[in-house]
Amino acid sequence: MTYQNPPTTPRKSWTFDDYTLSEIRRAAATGIYDIRGGGAKRRVPHFDDLLFLGASVSRYPLEGYRETCSTAVTLGTRFAKKPIELKIPITIAGMSFGALSAAAKEALGRGASLAGTSTTTGDGGMTPEERGQSKTLVYQYLPSRYGMNPDDLRKADAIEVVIGQGAKPGGGGMLLGQKISDRVAEMRNLPKGIDQRSACRHPDWTGPDDLEIKILELREITDWQKPIYVKIGATRPYYDVTLAVKAGADVVVIDGMQGGTAATQEVFIEHVGIPTLACIRPAVQALQDIGMHRKVQLIVSGGIRSGADAAKALALGADAVSIGIAALAALGDNDPAYEEDYNRLGTTAGCYDDWHEGRDPTGISTQDPELSQRLDPVRAGRRLANYLKVMTLEIQTVARAAGHNNIHNLEPEDLCALTLEAAAMARVPLAGTNWIPGVQGGF
Amino acid sequence: MVEHFKVRTIDLATAPLRDLNAELHRQSAEAHEPMWEILNPRGAHAIAVGVDQPLAIEIRGSVGYYCGGMNKQASITVHGSAGPGVAENMMSGRVVVKGDASQYAGATGRGGLLVIEGNSSSRCGISMKGIDIVVKGNIGHMSAFMAQSGSLVVLGDAGDALGDSIYEAKLYVRGNVKSLGADCIEKEMRAEHHEQLDALLKNAGVDGVSTREFKRYGSARRLYNFNIDNVDSY
Ligand SMILES: Cc1cc2nc3c(=O)[nH]c(=O)nc-3n(C[C@H](O)[C@H](O)[C@H](O)COP(=O)(O)O)c2cc1C
Repeated sequence: MTYQNPPTTPRKSWTFDDYTLSEIRRAAATGIYDIRGGGAKRRVPHFDDLLFLGASVSRYPLEGYRETCSTAVTLGTRFAKKPIELKIPITIAGMSFGALSAAAKEALGRGASLAGTSTTTGDGGMTPEERGQSKTLVYQYLPSRYGMNPDDLRKADAIEVVIGQGAKPGGGGMLLGQKISDRVAEMRNLPKGIDQRSACRHPDWTGPDDLEIKILELREITDWQKPIYVKIGATRPYYDVTLAVKAGADVVVIDGMQGGTAATQEVFIEHVGIPTLACIRPAVQALQDIGMHRKVQLIVSGGIRSGADAAKALALGADAVSIGIAALAALGDNDPAYEEDYNRLGTTAGCYDDWHEGRDPTGISTQDPELSQRLDPVRAGRRLANYLKVMTLEIQTVARAAGHNNIHNLEPEDLCALTLEAAAMARVPLAGTNWIPGVQGGF
Repeated sequence: MVEHFKVRTIDLATAPLRDLNAELHRQSAEAHEPMWEILNPRGAHAIAVGVDQPLAIEIRGSVGYYCGGMNKQASITVHGSAGPGVAENMMSGRVVVKGDASQYAGATGRGGLLVIEGNSSSRCGISMKGIDIVVKGNIGHMSAFMAQSGSLVVLGDAGDALGDSIYEAKLYVRGNVKSLGADCIEKEMRAEHHEQLDALLKNAGVDGVSTREFKRYGSARRLYNFNIDNVDSY
C-alpha cells in the first residue's frame, strides 16, 4: 500500500503576503518604485490604543447640554501682533493646489470657515478661490517656493514654514506630469506636462541658526503681524520642537507617520518617521522643559479621524489638531458612490490612493476639468463643516465626561492605555494598573 | 525740470531694524520720499525686505542674510558685501551688490535684476523662477540648481555642478565652467541669445565685453519625465 500525504490547507506566508508578492511583481515589471498618496496603511500604535477614564467618585462630570465646555483656541500668542482665533481646535492641514483641484481647495475653505477654523495652502501657492472662501488662511512657506510672493504673504493670516511632513520626513514633493495643467504650470513657473520635483530642503537656509534668521526675515516682511508656524515631520520630536522654538516659532505643527501626502514613494510613507502617538509627549516635554508649553502652541496631525482622536491628542498636551485625509473623506474622497469608476481604475472605494495620477473620480485630487466639475464646492464645504461640528461635539462629550468645562483642560490623567506600546509612547498607565513603562524608574 | 527729493537717512546704529522696514513698507506712491540711505548696516539681517515701492535705497556698508528679500520695484544698492540669500525671491526692481555675495544669491527670484559686482558664492540663482542675475566675478558650486526660468550671466568662472537639475533657465558663462550638473548641457548661442545677453549686460552696466565671449548652458530636458533608465542622474 502506498502512503498518501493527507492534504493540508494551502497556506499563505505571513512574510510574503499577497500585497508583498504583488509589489515584487510590480517592481519587476516596471523597474520603478511605487508612488501613491495617503498615509501609512499598516497598523501602528495609535489613539485607538488609549481610553478616556471619565468621571468617577473623585471627579464629577458636567451636564451634557446645560453646562458649557469651551472649544476656542488662540494660536500664535508669542510674537505675532495678530494671533489666530479659532472657534474649534481642529484645523485643515496644508494640501497643495495642484495635488487638489481648485474646487476641492475652495470646498476646504468654505467648510473650515463655516466651522470657525482655518485652512492652509500647500505646495503650489495660494489660489484666489481658497483665499476668497477661507476666513482664516495659513500660507505655507515650502522648500520649492512655488507660487511664493510677498502679496500673498501679506494676504495670509499666518505663515507656516514647512520643514517636513509626517508621511515623508526628509523627502521633497512630487507632482507628476499628468497633473500639470496650464494653471498649475503657470503658478509654478514650469513647463506644462513635466514631472515636478519639489526640493526636500529649503534653498536659502540650512540648520536651526539659519532658520532663526529666515523667520526674522518673514516677520520683517510682514511687520510682525502674523503668527509663524513651523511644521515638522515626526522623527526626533524632542529636539526638533526645541530647535523650532529657539528659532522663533509661534506655533509648532508636528505631523506623525500616518499623515497623508499627495504623492510619495511607498517606502517613504510606510518606513520613515514615527507614529503620531509617539511624538506628542516628547514634543510637549520639549515645550515644558523650556517653559514654553501653552506659550508656543502645539498642533498635532497624522491620522486624526474623530473627536476621540482629537481629544486624546489634546489630553496629551496639544493645543489643536489638524486633519488632511479625513477632510478629503468628508468632501467625498473614496466614496462608494463612485465604486464603478474606482473599479475601472483597478481599485475599490476605500483603497484608492493613486492621487498623483489625476484621475480621481470624485474630482478632488485631479486637475481634469471634467472630473473636477463633479465636486460641488458649496455642498462639499457643507459636508466638511458638518463633520467638523461632529468632531467638536465628540471632543466636548469626552471633556464633559471627564469633568472639564474647557477642552484644553483635558490632561494625561484622563487617559489610560490598552497596550504596553501605547502606554510607553503616550506615557499613561496601562488600563487597570499604575504602570507606565519607562517612567518613574519603571522598565 | 529736476525734482529735488530729500534723502531720508536711517542710521541702524541707533534705529531698530523693525522701524526701518516698517517705514519702508509705509511708503506709498504719494509719500514722496523715494531716496533712502541706510547707515551702519554692520551685517544686520533682513535689511530692506518686502519693499513694494519704486524707492532708491543706498546701504552704506555690508549686510547680513536676505537683504532686499522679496523686493518689488525698489532699487537697492549695497555699498559693501552681502550675506546669504541677497534678493531672495525678488519680484521686480533691482538689487546691486558692490562687493561679493555669499551663498544662495537671488534664490527663487521671480523677476527684476540682481547685479553682483564681485564674486558670488555657492548656489547662486538656486531655484530661480524668472529673475535675471549678472555676476561680474566668479560663482561657486551648485549654482542655478533646479533653476526654473530667468537668466544667470557670469563674467568670470563657474564652480562645480553648474545648472544641476535645471529646468528652463538660461545660463551664460564667459569663463570656465568647472563641471556641469545633471541634465545641464552647453547649447548653441543663436541670434536671439546674443540679443538677450547684450540687453542684460547693458542693463547691468557692463561695457567692453562682447557676447561672443560667452557660452550658453541649459537643460537637456532628459529628466523632465521620470524614466528608469536615467535613474543615476536623479
Ligand atoms: C492630498 C494631500 C496633499 C498634501 N499637500 C501638502 C503640502 O502641500 N504641504 C504640506 O506641508 N503637507 C501636505 N500634506 C500633508 C498634510 O498637510 C498633513 O500633514 C496630513 O495630511 C495630516 O495627516 P492626515 O492626512 O492623516 O490627517 C498633504 C496631504 C494630502 C492628503
